[in-house]
Amino acid sequence: MTQSNYSPREKPRWETYSKCIHCGLCLNACPTYRELRQEMDSPRGRIYQMIQVDRGALALGPSFVRHIDLCLDCRACETACPSGVEYGRLVELARSQIARHYRRPLRSRLLRRLFLAGLLPHRRRLECVGMILRAWQQSGLEQLVLQSHLLEALSPRLARIARLAPRLEKPFFTRQLGHVVPARGSRRYRVAFFAGCIANLAFARLNEATLRVLAENGCEVVIPKEQGCCGALQVHAGLRDLARRLARRNLEAFLAEDWDAVITNAAGCGSVLKEYPLLFEEEQPELHPQALRFSSRVKDVTEYLAGIDFNRALGPVPARATYQDPCHLAHAQRIRSAPRQLLRAVPGLELVELKEAEVCCGSAGIYNVVENEMAERLLAAKMRRIDETQADLILTANPGCLLQLRAGVAGSKNPARRVMHVVEVLDKAYQTSP
Amino acid sequence: MQVPPLVQELIQATNEEAVLWRPEDLMLYEYDALSSRRPPEAVVFPATTQQVAAVVKVAARHHCPVIPRGAGTGLSGGAVALEGGVVVSLARMNQILEIDLENQRARVQPGVVNQDLSLAVADAGYYYAPDPSSQKACTLGGNVAENSGGPHTLAYGVTTNHVLGLEVVLPDGCVIRTGARYWDRPGYDLTGFIVGSEGTLGIVTEIVVRLMRLPEAVKTLLAIYDSVADATATVAAITAHGITPAALEMMDGLMLRAIEAATHAGYPLDAAAVLLIELEGLREAVEEEADSITAVCGAHRARQVRVARRAEERELLWRGRKNAFGAIGRLTPSFYVQDGVIPRTRLPQMLDYIAGVERRYGLRIGNVFHAGDGNLHPLIMFDSRDAQQVRHAVKAAEEIMGKCVELGGSITGEHGVGIEKNELMPLIFSEEDLAVMRKLKQVFNPQNLLNPGKVLPSGKMCGEVRVQVSLGS
Repeated sequence: MTQSNYSPREKPRWETYSKCIHCGLCLNACPTYRELRQEMDSPRGRIYQMIQVDRGALALGPSFVRHIDLCLDCRACETACPSGVEYGRLVELARSQIARHYRRPLRSRLLRRLFLAGLLPHRRRLECVGMILRAWQQSGLEQLVLQSHLLEALSPRLARIARLAPRLEKPFFTRQLGHVVPARGSRRYRVAFFAGCIANLAFARLNEATLRVLAENGCEVVIPKEQGCCGALQVHAGLRDLARRLARRNLEAFLAEDWDAVITNAAGCGSVLKEYPLLFEEEQPELHPQALRFSSRVKDVTEYLAGIDFNRALGPVPARATYQDPCHLAHAQRIRSAPRQLLRAVPGLELVELKEAEVCCGSAGIYNVVENEMAERLLAAKMRRIDETQADLILTANPGCLLQLRAGVAGSKNPARRVMHVVEVLDKAYQTSP
Repeated sequence: MQVPPLVQELIQATNEEAVLWRPEDLMLYEYDALSSRRPPEAVVFPATTQQVAAVVKVAARHHCPVIPRGAGTGLSGGAVALEGGVVVSLARMNQILEIDLENQRARVQPGVVNQDLSLAVADAGYYYAPDPSSQKACTLGGNVAENSGGPHTLAYGVTTNHVLGLEVVLPDGCVIRTGARYWDRPGYDLTGFIVGSEGTLGIVTEIVVRLMRLPEAVKTLLAIYDSVADATATVAAITAHGITPAALEMMDGLMLRAIEAATHAGYPLDAAAVLLIELEGLREAVEEEADSITAVCGAHRARQVRVARRAEERELLWRGRKNAFGAIGRLTPSFYVQDGVIPRTRLPQMLDYIAGVERRYGLRIGNVFHAGDGNLHPLIMFDSRDAQQVRHAVKAAEEIMGKCVELGGSITGEHGVGIEKNELMPLIFSEEDLAVMRKLKQVFNPQNLLNPGKVLPSGKMCGEVRVQVSLGS
């Protein structure tokens, strides 16, 4: 037997691979296969390549890295898979092997380190960068540059990416950290709120809306001060040691008290928070029980509200709306009916089902930046389906998807359409409630 | 790395992005859903009929086999390059060219995914009837090649009953059209001949299919049994009552537990077997039939007959059934699925026999099948790392196939012959029968370059060894 090109640390077991019986039922569920129609960019093909690398029959080289990089880690294949293959886990471990054993070009190495290790985990640095970006946006310079087509001349790719940049919203949510929001009316639950990292700057209003909606539902909401970035992007990039450090910080911040729930409005964060135990299975197993205890409390905000007898004193929000399933809600957390249940309770909101709502919009964390070309193709396909619904309000339940869909709407023939989080609709409905 | 001349010419016939030839890419085409272990020399993704014709001409010049491929979800190794050669992937020819609802027709390219066609016409109240379990991934071109069936075959027939015309590229690059958009074109039925030919006669590049109207009412029943024999006896009894359900499926206890773990559809975990019965048609008729079927099931000691109340419940039950083969990955590292056919009246006898085989070889065998058609799918479970188990799995399969033939049935219902069953063809065909098939194949594929080694017995290798080659890891 030839030598494995995987190193023994956090290497998948044969039983994890062999659940894949290469039936191919995942193929058409995979966004990259749908676009490229070749095995190398299908879940079945990617697992096959991982096995070949692991058994030493394929190099851990540029070809393998290319096809694993192009995966969105959207996990639609897990929904399609009848055999219960844990694809997300396999691809994340493959990326961890790549991160440790493959030397990327210098520029890509530096950018990854700067963003994932140097910026996201540090609240102060994030705030600094946030202030500068905000000043740039407020000064009108950003708009000037975008309108001047200067970026297009420099690099069309850069220009496309620049349009994805979130609007930074002052005041930042960071100043709410450590606060407690009282329940409206009598207190029924005491929950902790997970605020995220970039969301503190770019989705401060969404976070505030989430607090208001929880308060309307009898929740006293505590926002633990010492919390930080969830580590999802680091897990997706294969930086598991860094992700573990971030996870430990959150375990400490949230395990101080026995909450009724730990609530997030970001499907991507929620998915990794629920999967913290996977990080501590082999490495630092002494933390595994804590991770289990924490994860069992984590709830997506839509999941939590649908699970309690949510407050139905909702005012009308008249709109023709459609809902795009965030991959890390539908596939990773298997939550599909909760957001729809909430939306159907809003008077005046006509919910039109979106065809292929379970196919990724191309956002996928930082995928739309690093794999911009594929992300744009997926977004174009998504916008065609959205156009079919003739909805004027596009809903989803994850900040990353909001940015991507907003970019899609802004570049479309009908840029007046609104893109909102499900919770923002509820917030509006509570405000218009008689 | 030097680009081989064959590859250079293939690129000329198409373009650079349409040809794979590096070993790290080709290794991804050494398998389909059956598996095998030989990569092709190149994979080509033509975009048009003309490109397909140009590609087969290049291959012919190099005297190189051509293997058509759709999504690679086939279960008989039909898309595997047994002797090397050029894989022609039709996956990128995936346009629905025309939808003609008034005449209930669609004209499609072969790479269109089965379910995507139904999705495209669903809003207008139509669908494409043949529904293989892999329909969310498999292509219509592959369905044509294998003459695929599905749970609803019982009422609506297999692929050939829904295909009206084809455009086909022959191995010499000439393009023919068979059949017609509308009914009854005179002359020989070439469409019927090509459907099910598993890519050994030509490469289908366009398909005209029939669309059907979605029924007014659908009712799905789940009959639960404490004994397999009672369930199988019910099957013949239902049809004896003059009822033809749209689908009549059976799953045994072993499969139920795997399926339930995969889909949480609400299948009972402690049952010995269930029948999944679907009725379609006018509302009143469906109600009436449901009552009579419930009575028949009761008379055969069904513990309970459940009716799906909502569309979601129906869909879940079906998702469970359609994911059955995949769900078996939860029970065993490897499995060998059979596709035997018997008269439905012989079901009780056949299942007894399978249970005997299971005991003799000490291998678990799950049963999930189209009971109404007598189309069995015993799933033989083994561990491919254990040579003895592999041998036993092959032996068990052969005995089951032999019994099917003995009971007046066939060795394949819908999965195709491919490289898996070709050596078993003499079990159901006489030498004269096979000689005619060989002559006909000669007319279309005289050099035997198109999908060689499939369908007809080669006599080169005994089936057992060949199957072991593809099942072993």
